[in-house]
Amino acid sequence: MNHSARILAVIWKELLQLRRDRLTFGMIVGIPVMQMLLFGYAINTDVRHLVAAVADQCNSHLSRQFVADLGQTQVLDFRYVVDTAEEIEAMLRSGKISVGVYIPADFDRRTLDKRRSAAHLLVDGADPTILGVANQLRNIPLKFDSVKAAQKRAPVLEVRPYYNPERRSAVFVIPGLMGIILTLTMMLFTAVAVVREREHGNLELLINTPISTTQLMIGKIAPYIVIGLVQLALIITVGMLLFKVPVRGSVLELYLAALVFIAANLSLGLFVSTIVKTQFQAIQVTIFFLLPSILLSGFVFPFDGMQKIVQYIGEILPNTHFIRLTRGIMLRDATISELYKEIVVLILFAAVAMTAAVLRFKKRLD
Amino acid sequence: MNDKADLVIRARGLTKRFGQLTAIDHLDLDVPRSIIYGFLGPNGSGKTTAIRMLCGLLTPSDGSATVLGLDIPGDAGDLKSRIGYMTQNFSLYDDLTTLENLRFIADIYSYPRARRSARIDELLQLYGLEEQKKQLAATMSGGQKQKLALACAVLNEPELLLLDEPTSAVDPKSRRDFWASLFALADAGTTLLVSTHYMDEAERCHRLAILDRGKKVADGTPAELQAQTGMSVVQVIAQYTLAAQSALQKLPEIRSVTQLGVRLRVLVPKRISDPLALVSAALGAQGIESDCALVQPSLEDVFVAVTLQEQDREIAA
Repeated sequence: MNHSARILAVIWKELLQLRRDRLTFGMIVGIPVMQMLLFGYAINTDVRHLVAAVADQCNSHLSRQFVADLGQTQVLDFRYVVDTAEEIEAMLRSGKISVGVYIPADFDRRTLDKRRSAAHLLVDGADPTILGVANQLRNIPLKFDSVKAAQKRAPVLEVRPYYNPERRSAVFVIPGLMGIILTLTMMLFTAVAVVREREHGNLELLINTPISTTQLMIGKIAPYIVIGLVQLALIITVGMLLFKVPVRGSVLELYLAALVFIAANLSLGLFVSTIVKTQFQAIQVTIFFLLPSILLSGFVFPFDGMQKIVQYIGEILPNTHFIRLTRGIMLRDATISELYKEIVVLILFAAVAMTAAVLRFKKRLD
Repeated sequence: MNDKADLVIRARGLTKRFGQLTAIDHLDLDVPRSIIYGFLGPNGSGKTTAIRMLCGLLTPSDGSATVLGLDIPGDAGDLKSRIGYMTQNFSLYDDLTTLENLRFIADIYSYPRARRSARIDELLQLYGLEEQKKQLAATMSGGQKQKLALACAVLNEPELLLLDEPTSAVDPKSRRDFWASLFALADAGTTLLVSTHYMDEAERCHRLAILDRGKKVADGTPAELQAQTGMSVVQVIAQYTLAAQSALQKLPEIRSVTQLGVRLRVLVPKRISDPLALVSAALGAQGIESDCALVQPSLEDVFVAVTLQEQDREIAA
């Protein structure tokens, strides 16, 4: 009874402070909405409208038709017409264009030569995504060749895209973004919440009262669990309304997974708060942790494509497991029992981080 | 009942080192019940470190201490609910109101819910904070903040109250009121340990210890300390105060010359049989007209004298 009263006192105090801290209060709603709008609309792996230049040295009926066809695909946006391949190279180098089409003077004759390609696509290949898109353009048929095109045999493999047949990036991005947003806000809020008390001297008073470390820690993280769940609801709602991201599996299971994930991040935030001395350091450590959570978790780059050693690092990050859970539940209609391994890892992570935080937090100043 | 049982704090050889620095060097301390005990010392003399060790916030590097019969730091956990601690800087929540801060503290100390609001009302009235009830701590004056801090520190009716430079941020009127509150607490049976660097505050303590660079250089009641200075104090009102000061400082027998307005306070060791003659002669030789008189040593004189003696001992050693 004593225990719960003390924990409730800390929770109530946190809520009172939060209510008066307009900026943090705004961030609870602001961070998820802003990031979703930004990333939901901005991240697009289905690339279109690459800025392009064309140098048509042939300028025949056929070549002009060919350039028009390329433009029709909407993959290329011909902004510049130049004369030579050198000019295209210069524009690539200066970053004005991503793709250049070079059509040599003997284009018409080359189209009939099976051993040689008729024209060149000069691509800024530094970006693999752009290169991949450019590769697709290789299959574009020539109009005069309509008879031959019809004769072309079907490819050996036909791709059937499950779970996201319209290939909308938002469907893939937003379930992953959930983890990023929760990692950022949960870690930052708890780390800062404890460190702020240390900076303001409140902790010197608190540790001189009969409250135990565990009571203090539980009281500190409980309000943020609720905030995390509110953020989750916000992300799911915005995702469904604006980006038509489906939740094909059980919403309850999604919340259950999120609850464990939030607990893992809050515990980590508490642990960080026992290491750092200032709020600024807390923010630095959070960012240090956030970057791998974005880059190595499978959010941006496919997990399978990473080096083995980096995959091991990725496996340590809670976000990696949470992304597998959200994508599984939301997109593939998977159940938690099918994904139990991910939940177990998250529970383990939360337990270890919480224990470490309680052990490291001393009711002393030395 | 033996003597030991009536000592609220008993420390022997209490030492705290931070790396190379010895913040508190073998402190022996006996604080009897229901008095105001003062720690007098300049900044950096180790007052805060000593208080933090006594409430279990810092682990002593050496030595032992019993506070309210509990061993420090081993039993510090049990001690927390029986002591009140007022930190040097305001450590309550700036973004909570007076009432919210008090309620929070009450709940943290598990103060019975049934009596909570009666106790808080009592404290608000006692410390004149009723009008600030719904005011955020951040917007209150230094004096009001300090009263709130005191109210929170005594809320759970502690047997021992530790106050670390409680009046460093308040005006003289608030300081007087604050000390009246402290005397009332001591009358009611609370033992208070107050650190300060104000001489006038030290004079109000029942007993005090003078700390200098981590060492206790003297202790006793203010009157005892004044009697034991080992220095005679000559008060000089001279025609040219500055010239008089420099003339006197040249004399090897004279330990210290302090200017207080138009007066000079001159410390002369007791072994000089006629300090008045020594001072007048020195000033007369320089052609400075003066009016000299022997006076009672103040606590400031005591403080200067004991720190000088400590320096002498160090030089000798």
